[in-house]
Order: sequence, then C-alpha cells, then structure tokens
Amino acid sequence: MNDLIFAENRFGLGPRSGQSPGRSDGRGWAEAQVGQRLAGLPGIPTRADAAAALLAYREERQNARQGQAAMQPAAMPTGGTMTITPAAEAKAPRPHELQMARREQRELYLRLVDARIGAALTTEQPFLERLAHFWANHFAVGATKATTIGYAGLLEMEAIRPHLTGRFADMLMAVERHPAMLLYLDQAQSVGPNSVAGQRAGQRGRDVGLNENLAREILELHTLGVRTGYAQADVTEFARALTGWTIAGLGRGRAIDGAEGDFTFAAMLHEPGSRTILGKRYGEGGEEQGRAVLMDLAVHPATARHVATKLARHFAADDPPPAMVTRLEQAFLKSGGDLPTVYRALLASPEAWDAASPKFRNPWEWSVASLRALGVERSPGQRAVGMLQELGMPVWRPTSPAGFDDVAASWAAPDALMRRVEAAQRMAGAVSGLDARVVAPRVLGARLTPATATAISRAESPATGLALMLVSPEFLRR
Amino acid sequence: MDRRSFLTCSAAGVAAATFAPTLAFAKAATDKRFLFVIQRGAADGLMTLMPTGDPGLAALRPQLAVEGGTKLDGMFTLHPALKQTAALYAAKQAMFVHAVASPYRDRSHFDGQNVLETGGSLPYRLRDGWMNRLVSTMPDDPKAIAFSPTVPPALRGAAQVASYAPSNLPDASQDLLIRVGDLYQADKQLGPLWNQALSARAQAGDLASARGAAAAGALAAKMMAGPNGARIGMVETDGWDTHSGQKGRLNAQLTGMDAMLAAFREGLGADWSNTLVLVATEFGRTARENGTGGTDHGTGSVAWLLGGAVSGGKVVADWPGLSQAALYEDRDLKPTTALDSLIATALAQQFGQDPARLAATLFPETGAKPLPKLLVA
Repeated sequence: MNDLIFAENRFGLGPRSGQSPGRSDGRGWAEAQVGQRLAGLPGIPTRADAAAALLAYREERQNARQGQAAMQPAAMPTGGTMTITPAAEAKAPRPHELQMARREQRELYLRLVDARIGAALTTEQPFLERLAHFWANHFAVGATKATTIGYAGLLEMEAIRPHLTGRFADMLMAVERHPAMLLYLDQAQSVGPNSVAGQRAGQRGRDVGLNENLAREILELHTLGVRTGYAQADVTEFARALTGWTIAGLGRGRAIDGAEGDFTFAAMLHEPGSRTILGKRYGEGGEEQGRAVLMDLAVHPATARHVATKLARHFAADDPPPAMVTRLEQAFLKSGGDLPTVYRALLASPEAWDAASPKFRNPWEWSVASLRALGVERSPGQRAVGMLQELGMPVWRPTSPAGFDDVAASWAAPDALMRRVEAAQRMAGAVSGLDARVVAPRVLGARLTPATATAISRAESPATGLALMLVSPEFLRR
Repeated sequence: MDRRSFLTCSAAGVAAATFAPTLAFAKAATDKRFLFVIQRGAADGLMTLMPTGDPGLAALRPQLAVEGGTKLDGMFTLHPALKQTAALYAAKQAMFVHAVASPYRDRSHFDGQNVLETGGSLPYRLRDGWMNRLVSTMPDDPKAIAFSPTVPPALRGAAQVASYAPSNLPDASQDLLIRVGDLYQADKQLGPLWNQALSARAQAGDLASARGAAAAGALAAKMMAGPNGARIGMVETDGWDTHSGQKGRLNAQLTGMDAMLAAFREGLGADWSNTLVLVATEFGRTARENGTGGTDHGTGSVAWLLGGAVSGGKVVADWPGLSQAALYEDRDLKPTTALDSLIATALAQQFGQDPARLAATLFPETGAKPLPKLLVA
C-alpha cells in the first residue's frame, strides 16, 4: 500500500483537494523530506515579544493589587534581589490596563496558532510538519498559566522546529532551556537551599527553595520514561543540579543581567556541590552540571526505547508493534540519537504501512486533514482555537505535561463523535463549489468504501456530501 | 425544529428504527446512584481537610496556612472555600476519610491516575476501569455516563458507556444526523458510540450548552435524575497540581468543587437520598510546602463521600500524624487507609452487593478488603 494518497494520510497531514494525484511513490515522497530542513514560519512573534507582554502583564497586576488594600503584596523581597511571584490570580475586578495586558498575551498565542495552522494547510513538507506536532506534544507545555499563554507556542517554533532533523540531544537541550518550559514546569522559580540566594533568604526567615517539577518530568516524560529505574533521590539530585537555570528578567532571574526573556544561568541560585544521579557522579560545574546530566539522558538506552515506542505508537498502532519499536530503538542508539536516521527506520518499517491497522485521527489531525481536503488555505487562529477546544484538543493546551494522549480510546467517544459531525457541518458549509463525489476519491484513495461513496452521492446538498466525507469511518482514521 | 427538540420529540421513532432502543429507555433495576469525581493532578488533602489539631501542620505549612474554615472536630477543619459542603456535613450527608491512598506509591500523575482508574496494583496492568467493571456487576443496563467528551479510563471497558459534555458548536442538521447514523451502522467501533451520543444529547436538553462548575453539577444531575437517569456517572476535574502559588489556586479549585457538588445535589431533587458521591485524587502532595509557594507530589490525601445515602457528619482517619518521624519517606502524609477498600466497601453498601466479592471484581489484584467501619447508612 505504498501509494501517495496512503502516505499523505498516514505520514502527512492528508491530501489537499486541489492537488493532482501525482506520483504514486509514497515512501519516496516521505523520505525525500527527511533529508530537508523544515522551512521556517515567517513573521511570527519572538520570545522577546512574549517576555515584554508577560512583564507588562505582571506590572499591571501588581498595580492592580496595590490598589486593593485587602490583597496580599504581590512581591515579597527576599535576599535583597529576589522576588516571589504568586501564580494565583486576584479574584477581583480587573482594571482596564490589566485586561489589555492579558489580551496582548492572548494575541501572541493566537498569532502563533495562526502560523501553525497556516503551515499545516499549505506546507510542502507534511511529514516534517507532522513530526513537529509530534515533538511539540512530546515536550508539551501548556498555555494554561498566566505566565505561559504567550510563550507556549514559542517552544515549538524556537526549540523544536529548528532541531527537527538534527540530534535528539540538541532538541532536548533547546527545549529544557527554553523560557516556555522553564516557566511551565516552575524551574524559573527554583532555588538551591544552600545557594547564596537560598541562604540569604533563610537568614531572613524566608522559605524559598527547590522545585523538582522540571527534573521529574524530564526523567519521566522527556527522556527515560516512567518506571525506568530512577528513584526519588535521583529526581531531587537532578533538581539540585538544575538550580540556577532561569530566565533573565523573569522568574528568580528578575535581577539577573541579560536579554529579558532569555535563558540565563544565575550562579547565586545554584546549589553548590557534586550530585549523584543514576549512580553517576557529576562534579560541581555550575551551569555545566545540569547540562552534563541532560547530555547523558539524551543518549540513554531507556530514552531510545521511550522515543521509539512513542513514534511507533504515533505512526503505526496504539499498541506499538514490538519489532518496529526495537528497530527504531536500535536506529536511535546506533546513531547517537540522530533523528533522520530514526525517521528513515520508521519509514522502512512494514508495520507503519499496514493498511489494515489505521490509527484513529486525533482532533488536531482530523481538523487539519478536513481543511486540507476542503482546499482551505487559511483558517483564522481564533476560529480554529474555538473549534479545537470544542473537539477536546485545544492547541498547545494539554491538561498535563504528558501532552495529549495518542490512542483511540482517548478520542473515539460518543460526544466527541457528535462534535466532529457538528464541526464537519460547519466546515463544509463554509466552502463552495466543491463536489464531494470528486474530492472523496482524491483524498481517501483506495480507502474509500462503496458505502461511503454511495452515502455521499445521495446527500441532499453539496455541503452535506462534504460533511459526510469528513466524518466517514475512513476519513476519521489515517 | 432544531436538533435537540427533534431528538426529544421524535427520538422514539428514530430509536425504534435505527438505534438500540434499550439505550434511551431502559429502566435500571436499581434506584441507587453513584457519581465519581476525580481530581486530576493530586489534590492537597492536607489543605482540603486541614488537621489543625495536629501540631505538625503549622510547621510544615507556614506560608500556605489558611485562616478560618469549618471546624469538624477536635482535629480537622474544612477549607473555608467549602461552605456548602460544610452545610452538607452538618446535615450528616458528607463524610471524609483522611490519609487514604491507592496502592500506588510513586509520584507520577499519569501512573497514579492509571492505578486509581483501572483499579490495578501497578500502572497499566489492567486495561479496563473499575467503574466499567462495576457496571458489569449490575443487572440490566444501569446506564453509565462520563461527563466529558471522551470516556476516561475508569469507565473504559466491555460495558457500553455514554459520554457527554456541553458544546458550543452549532447543532448538526437532522438530515446529517440520520445519514451519519446509517454510515456508522456497520462500523463496530463507531456504531455503538453514535447511538450513545444521540441518546445523551437528547437527555441533556436545555443544559446542552451550559458552562462553569455549577453548570457542570446541574448537568450531571439532569442526566442522572429520574427513573431513566443514568445510575453511574463520572466527572473529571483538573488543575489540582499546585507546585506554585497554591494558596489562591486551591481556593479557586475548592470553590468550584463546592459549587459543582451543591448544584448536583440540588438538581437531583428526591434522588439525592439514593445517591453516593465519591471525590478522590490519584495521590496527595508533600507535607512540607516547597520553596515556590506550593507543594510537590506526595502520597496520602483525603477522600470525600457525600450524598443522601451517606451516614455522614464524621471524619474517619487512622491519623498517622505529621511529625517528621511519622511522614512517609520523610515527605508525605502516610496513608493508613486503602482507597480501593474504601471504594469497594462504600459501593457494596450502596448497591447492596457482597463486599468481598465486589472488592475482588473491582480491584482484582490489590487485595482490597471491606473496611470494618460502616461508612454508608
């Protein structure tokens, strides 16, 4: 089943209705992309924009709080230079300025969503785009906190896309030092208890200290995978090694020099001493200490297995075929985590080409495939955000750092199905001049069943025909 | 005619022709109801139900301490955000079991939730959930529903389960609904899902687009009230993972939970007297607050039992204490009551089943045992 339409559905984002069937070599089509770099997205916001918006928001929030005698002070000075910033938001009427500052952050989020959807609808590299979505979900950050709304999308743009066809280690390093991740998993606030700042705070009776959230999720989600032999002590030691990793102008790096919003290492936050993690000793080295641990994790056999399993689950089956997992794992280990090598092993796996075991499309995949099938080239971020929210998969807003689930049981459910039917009707109603009887064979290829073809041909209107195509059993799967 | 009125008015005809008629109209063999509310993210039991009588608390939680609240006994004080829950407690329709935990002893949310929802002894050992197995132990079809667009793991399994949550999408046309039904009929996965979706939406009626915590409670009540209401339901709540800024966030979370439970009670009307609500989380949080105004992943937490069927007005706890030596791994509230045993005991009483047999069915590998204490009237 190596035709282009099949490959576009399984490894890409679904065929576009206007596209001619083209050559039939689906594997060649996908492999050709592996040798390329993923094209950048033009005109997107930067981390400097996000930092400026967040700082403006904080300032307005503080102003708002000072105006309310009943509220707690927003910043409690500790150690002369450090500040504590409560994440909780005031439950009080919001002044206009604060609302504007919030809107500015939300605007950044929408512009980034816009860019992501625009790329998904028009890209010449659908396999690479799919991989970008995969990795963004692997390294999930959620636009779910006041601090991360403007930042969440930037992780994908700045840390994942540039490293998509490079080494896993480089992507990992870029991700864990990105302000979006440092904010989302509370690392920007973490202080070594025996660091200069920690001791000063202690003398003043302030309890500031370690936050182990990032360290735990790196081990559990980003690298080794859960239940792979590390202990609580490894988590805590790793968290200590990472102290000092923060953001200039934000977090506990507020008073630290550097471009506002960029990663910075704040020596005064760093827990002194050597650390032992997974049985290996890491000597004191400031910023290098955490970096050295990450580099070892990046090429660890458990990481290879974890990444291989997730890729196989994503592209082949909810229950990842063991032989395929082993193949990807070996490709990862032998190449030291060279991602193109792993992608080629993926495309060379017969399990991934098995037409008899389709994957149930998640809401993002289904929405993108639907819009492409309808020939839509632009879908305003605001509208898409609303639709994906209703479909249960709001862009860059998973409910946990584990990202969105990648199995049918999470998406194939009664109400979820009803929502797709509603969304399909809305999408189909917004296009004109398309005949589903012509489009369906182009986007579904050999998958199109006589039952669906008949249902489409009997629809009472062109729009109903298109909606039926989008929610047909074969279109819901890839 | 919009879709909802179409479904309400003519569902009988459509159902008879196209869908399994049992889904919408079967009357379950029991009048009893059970709602499970999961708190995803490891809710802080030590602040939900504060052991203010334990001298250790103040030392562990200097910044997070909360003023006020409702004193339940010499030891425990309910968080001040839980006002309506406190009234239920006074009416002996709420009780709490403190220092509980599932068999899970590590600190991954996803594994912890998997153990809590599958009812296994380790993550990913069982593929179906204990709520789905509960459905299978009951005669006829008791109708189970998840109040979310998808079915959470606790309700996944062999028994057919509905899912429903309010949507802002425009209703699909009657014509499209019928054609989609035809298209899915032969599909083993999609056919049954579609039938469930139709009957759930028909039942939601006016509340089909309501939002917010109280609306969620009212919706759940609407779907579970009356002779044809679902007997088993599950609500998912998230946002409990308070690593930083916990004080304000937990207050908001508990305020929402309080409103949701109150709306659920009110909406159920007379059926409240037959209802048991269980609120539980995958594990607790560290006993000591961390350096960022929050707490990290811990072990023991608190479970809530509410409803007209509950013999409430008490806190049950084999209290382990909060001294340094008493903490689990020098970090967490030590669990002294098994959550699975609590669930099995409460459900056996609620549905008149043999406790040992039900425990073995719901939690086949954990060795859950009925609790000696009588939890439910």
